[in-house]
Amino acid sequence: MRARDKRLLAAIVAVAVFVAWVVWPANPGIHFHALGLGIDRDIKVRQGLDLSGGVQVLLEADVPASEAVTREQMDAARAIAENRVNALGVVEPNVQLVGNRRILVELPGVADPDEAVQALRGTGLLEFIVWVSIDLEPGTAVNTTGRSAVGGAETASPTPEVTPTTGATPLATPDSTPSAPAADVTPTAAAGDATATPSAPAQEATPGPTPEEPVYRTVLTGKDLKSVSLGTDEYGKPEIDFVLNPEGAKVFAEHTRANVGKFLAITMDGVVISCPQIQTGITEGQGRITGKFTLAEARALVVQLKYGALPVPLKVVERRTVGPTLGQDSVARTTRAGVIGLVVVLLFMLVYYRLPGALADLALIMYAMVTFALFKLIPVTLTLPGLTGFLLSVGMAVDANILIFERMKEELRHGRSLGSAIEAGFSRAWTSIRDSNLSTLITCCILFWFGSTYGASAVKGFAVTLFLGVVVSMFTAVTVTRTFIRAAFALMGEPLREKPWLLGV
Amino acid sequence: MLDIIGKRKWYFLLSALIIIPGLVAIGVSFARYGAPVRLGIDFTSGSLLEVEFEQAVLPGDVRAVVESEGIADPRVQTVGDGRTVVIRTKTIEAETKLAIEAALERRFGSLTELRFETVGPSVGREVTRAAVAAVVVAALGILAYIVMAFRKVPNAFRYGVCALAAMLHDILVAVGLFSLMGLLAGWEADALFLTALLTVIGFSVQDTIVVFDRIRENVPKRRGEPYELIVNRSLLETLHRSLATQLNAMFVLIAILFFGGATIKQFVAVMLIGMLSGSYSSIFNAVPLLVVWEKGEIRSFFRQLRRQPAVQ
Repeated sequence: MRARDKRLLAAIVAVAVFVAWVVWPANPGIHFHALGLGIDRDIKVRQGLDLSGGVQVLLEADVPASEAVTREQMDAARAIAENRVNALGVVEPNVQLVGNRRILVELPGVADPDEAVQALRGTGLLEFIVWVSIDLEPGTAVNTTGRSAVGGAETASPTPEVTPTTGATPLATPDSTPSAPAADVTPTAAAGDATATPSAPAQEATPGPTPEEPVYRTVLTGKDLKSVSLGTDEYGKPEIDFVLNPEGAKVFAEHTRANVGKFLAITMDGVVISCPQIQTGITEGQGRITGKFTLAEARALVVQLKYGALPVPLKVVERRTVGPTLGQDSVARTTRAGVIGLVVVLLFMLVYYRLPGALADLALIMYAMVTFALFKLIPVTLTLPGLTGFLLSVGMAVDANILIFERMKEELRHGRSLGSAIEAGFSRAWTSIRDSNLSTLITCCILFWFGSTYGASAVKGFAVTLFLGVVVSMFTAVTVTRTFIRAAFALMGEPLREKPWLLGV
Repeated sequence: MLDIIGKRKWYFLLSALIIIPGLVAIGVSFARYGAPVRLGIDFTSGSLLEVEFEQAVLPGDVRAVVESEGIADPRVQTVGDGRTVVIRTKTIEAETKLAIEAALERRFGSLTELRFETVGPSVGREVTRAAVAAVVVAALGILAYIVMAFRKVPNAFRYGVCALAAMLHDILVAVGLFSLMGLLAGWEADALFLTALLTVIGFSVQDTIVVFDRIRENVPKRRGEPYELIVNRSLLETLHRSLATQLNAMFVLIAILFFGGATIKQFVAVMLIGMLSGSYSSIFNAVPLLVVWEKGEIRSFFRQLRRQPAVQ
């Protein structure tokens, strides 16, 4: 056995140990905190919607096909949709752009899909609200007068309102028609908002929600912003600069002058995104928001401020719901079926090819583990077709070994020595392995394109798993098996030639 | 030596016997549904609601309830023990779905919603267009790839075309089967059907390439031998591999087909049939076709056809 093979064998064993650790179901993930570095990464299988149950919605820009929708608009709409999804408290949601004018939203494990879909269709309202006492944490959901007044039936969607004070109570929709501009929104008799500024004209009493829920008064909405841009303060920290339109500037000037030192919460669809302190009265209609945010967060805020309300109306063009039981049942059954099929494959290889077959079985088990470890590490979202693609790829992964072993047998029959038959088997079979697998890879790429353009995550999942499977199998079936066989040959040597039953010749 | 190439006409005949019923089914499907297979909502757009009741129900009764909610022409199917019902309608909103569920509960008692899918018309049209594009692009991509991989062999283009012919054979078998099952058992093509079809295409070509690769290797080694003999030898040399690989893929697919989840049965069935067809077509169609082409039998075949009416 040459030194290179020994090194390879050592590397293979190392990889095997590593992937075994990754595949281990109770893997704790990587949690590392030292030297100022913090790494938190869970290593687990990400289940697709069809496995975990949940709802998938495809939203489309609701404008005539002739009308152009810019990438920027869609990005902003996506950011807003993501905020809403996060507000729903969904674990591991997936919100992504597909194609030019569609957004795919996947909500695993959502119990009430109808409610979630309803929440997504809301308009997206940005508000500056009055807040007096303490700094509101971003992510806090609050009730505002602007939302009940301006939103009407649409914003009063049953988004779960997780207020700090009470449990979730649906927003009361006003029966009257208060289509007043946001600046004219009246102070309500809400608890917790004792210091309504006198500057805001009280015109019309909005019927407020239930009294035990604090309802904050909306000072301005996204409509009053003229422009927003990303800037840096004197210390080089990111900040957000904004310019208000004339009416907005007037209201804002009055409000800020009267409330220096207090907090002004900026909310999106009723959820706080930032809560800056008012430092001076802002009279020129210009201002800046500073806070403890990173550059990326500031940029996201600018996007949100710029496009508080959805930049393009969205409509639901496709929607799929899978009950969790159906998914779980399918996973259990398909996994069991896959294991049965694979055991048969392992036995077949062992019986038909004997010693090389046993080594190929080892390589195949390693293949399955490496591929599965990659699914967990990347991570690949595993769907039922994806699982099938994976199982199928395991069945097909032995193809390369079969090609090699058949070739080896042939060379042995032609009277070659065992050593040279092994090498010839590998080198001659390589071109067919490469050429035949490439055709499958081509189809995988086309499937992936198709799946990602149309939000067909099932198709995409299958393409990804099959692709990874084929690539990994080219490595394990060739490199790993070859190293194993060379090692076995080095151990037992040419006398193996005298035991044809071991070689399955 | 086993002579596969010499009996090629019989193998072509067998393929024809399998494909023709499929073609008939495809024709009937075209007449009935305007497509080669019965299309599901992924392509046609519409809504699908799957619910489970506490006890078995009759499809006709469910249909009546759905119609009473103002839904024109719903299609209702019971699954398994009759407690699970699949309702297909034109595209409906979530509110309508809730109304239907409420009406069903009033009539049959409580139910569990297992699945609700809605595809809007614009999406359905686009998916159909993209599906056709995907198949065409896959075919062309593979043709280009084979021509490139075999560029050093004389007549590389022939190898590509013969591989494509075998691929077309497999597509026809798979689509024909699905079409037949659509007529007989109501199978509907969804995005997964397309996935299965493209996988079949990939594997079909994979099988063909392995044999072609052996021919590529044997042609320069056996210059004196007639082409037909070289090809036959290459086939036999790769036969073990083809069978062994095929068996392994089938072990997995059959296990999933019989013991796997219900939602992917059709997907797996299409792949299984397609792969069987793929192995058959690469050995018994693609490779013999090469010989037919080499010997100019296509031309003489047509000449014969032309001559025959003259004789009669």
